[in-house]
Amino acid sequence: MKISADTLRLIVPVLSLLLLLAGVFYLQPRAMSYTGLNLLFNLAVPIALATIAQMLIMAVNDLDLSMGTFVSFVACVAATYLHDTPLLGVLILLATIAVYALMGVIIYVRDLPSIVVTLGMSFVWAGLAVLILPSPGGTAPEWARALMISKPPFVPMAIIASVLLAVFAHLVIMRSSFGVLIRGVGGNQRSVQRAGWSILAARASAYALAACFAVAAGICLVGLTTSADANIALRYTLLSIAGVILGGGEFTGGRISPIGAVVGALTLTLAGSFLSFLRISPDWQIGAQGGILIIVLALRLVLNRLENKGRTA
Amino acid sequence: MKGLLAKPWIWSFVAALSVWLATIAVTGGASTVGLSQAALTFAAFSVLVGIGQMFVITLGPGNIDLSVPATMTLSGTVALKYMDGADGLILHGLLIAIAVGVAVGMLNYALIKALRIPPIIATLSMSFIVQSAAIWTNRGLRIKPPQALADFTTQTSLGIPNIALLALLISIAAWVLLHRTPYGRWIAAIGQSLPAARMAGIAVDGNRFVTYLMCAVLAAICGYLLACFSGGAALNMGTEYLLMSIAVVVIGGTAVAGGDSNVPGIWGASLFMFLVVSMLNTYGLGAGVRLIMTGTIIIIVILLASGRKAQMR
Repeated sequence: MKISADTLRLIVPVLSLLLLLAGVFYLQPRAMSYTGLNLLFNLAVPIALATIAQMLIMAVNDLDLSMGTFVSFVACVAATYLHDTPLLGVLILLATIAVYALMGVIIYVRDLPSIVVTLGMSFVWAGLAVLILPSPGGTAPEWARALMISKPPFVPMAIIASVLLAVFAHLVIMRSSFGVLIRGVGGNQRSVQRAGWSILAARASAYALAACFAVAAGICLVGLTTSADANIALRYTLLSIAGVILGGGEFTGGRISPIGAVVGALTLTLAGSFLSFLRISPDWQIGAQGGILIIVLALRLVLNRLENKGRTA
Repeated sequence: MKGLLAKPWIWSFVAALSVWLATIAVTGGASTVGLSQAALTFAAFSVLVGIGQMFVITLGPGNIDLSVPATMTLSGTVALKYMDGADGLILHGLLIAIAVGVAVGMLNYALIKALRIPPIIATLSMSFIVQSAAIWTNRGLRIKPPQALADFTTQTSLGIPNIALLALLISIAAWVLLHRTPYGRWIAAIGQSLPAARMAGIAVDGNRFVTYLMCAVLAAICGYLLACFSGGAALNMGTEYLLMSIAVVVIGGTAVAGGDSNVPGIWGASLFMFLVVSMLNTYGLGAGVRLIMTGTIIIIVILLASGRKAQMR
């Protein structure tokens, strides 16, 4: 049975996650429990959602440098408006999804570099977040809190959420015609256009869907941390990009992997805990995430070489 | 006059001048000298990293150096720690800062070339590792810069801040490099069409290597000077310079797709960015509004710049 190229690409990220997990369990056997797993992967859920959002943007050959500030802004809205005046909060969040779609339209219509436009938007989201919550505060909505601290039997919430997210994203992006359209726009925009599809609609939808996932990330984050702050998710920008790449996605060509993206987010989250169990100084935790990225990409290079050799042989 | 108006960088200076006038107007001219000196000083730091980033962006789409803030932090930390306040070691400190830049630049390019990692991810991973190295070296001690150096960075000569004069010298060197040497032509060619440049016999890898090296060295020098100016190296001293280095390059009229860069625009854009913040401060607007304005300005500038390009087609 021939393994598809996509499955092959998943091997490295899944293997690295399993290796890290094995390492964590070896160093701290008590982590191999319900509570242990939940604690390890709790914070991975919002990061995974943000990574899927970034993946959608990268699927159409763009890059979103505003992911961190946008998630922080959503967190601030969730902790204030969504808690106090839910209707207004929902309207604000819907408006942000519309703004994201508009951003995608402008980038396409005017042929602007997405890096610069999202850079500018990151300042706008940051400013709005500071206006809403100049200092940390707010309260998480009850339903968000209840969702994130829920204790389903046998499998921790974090694992269930990650698996559900991976499956859902996989179905939407790899198994639906909408997903094929988005990846096609990233792969070869002109041929998709010639085939009669509206590139504008495809890109706007990709951006809008990405915004939906990012909004979910913000709400989950607030559910976990119970209050918000304008700077709460700033590192999500770089983490989400790293997660997509770790999971086998690429910047251009529409080649992405939803399951890989979730796995990448889980791996990056686990790296921090792994290091603290190794008793390595917390100074190096950030560096370890960079190191893991490099190692995984090096492995992927080796795997690509083998893949190519197998093809030409 | 028409030739002057057609230059891509003229609008950044026009914008900077308008904002400068708007700020002076509030105090009736009393703050002219103070504001101008502050603008020149802070713009100088942005210019130093902007020049490095400009050279990297010239190399073509996808080429960006995200390790700038981490390099700044590490070089400032290491140099200051080595000098330990001794005036006699100032030159040694500078050499160490440059060495840090060279090391980071070499590692950046090694990742890009040897491991075939896209520049965004390569420099991103390096920035994680370098930031960790800075955290580990710093150990929370606040080492003061040598007195002579601190005085130099905070004083003026003939009314112009020394830092601005230094940045001006480096800008002139960069301008000569870009427009009057074969190197400048080579990287412009690489940015416009990599395969064509290769076929024309240009040493693509060598030039890219030198460019990434230069960007890291400039970031290191900037970090060294910034640490001395601020009275010590802080671990977050580089954070705002990442987006700033990209923003001043773009607002200054450089093409983000590569192949078309200019140095004067970086000055105009740096002055403009600082003056906008001071203007908003003078008018009493809070941090939130400042951030929103900065973002909106970046987006408007890139919209206008693309509009002009569309007309030229």
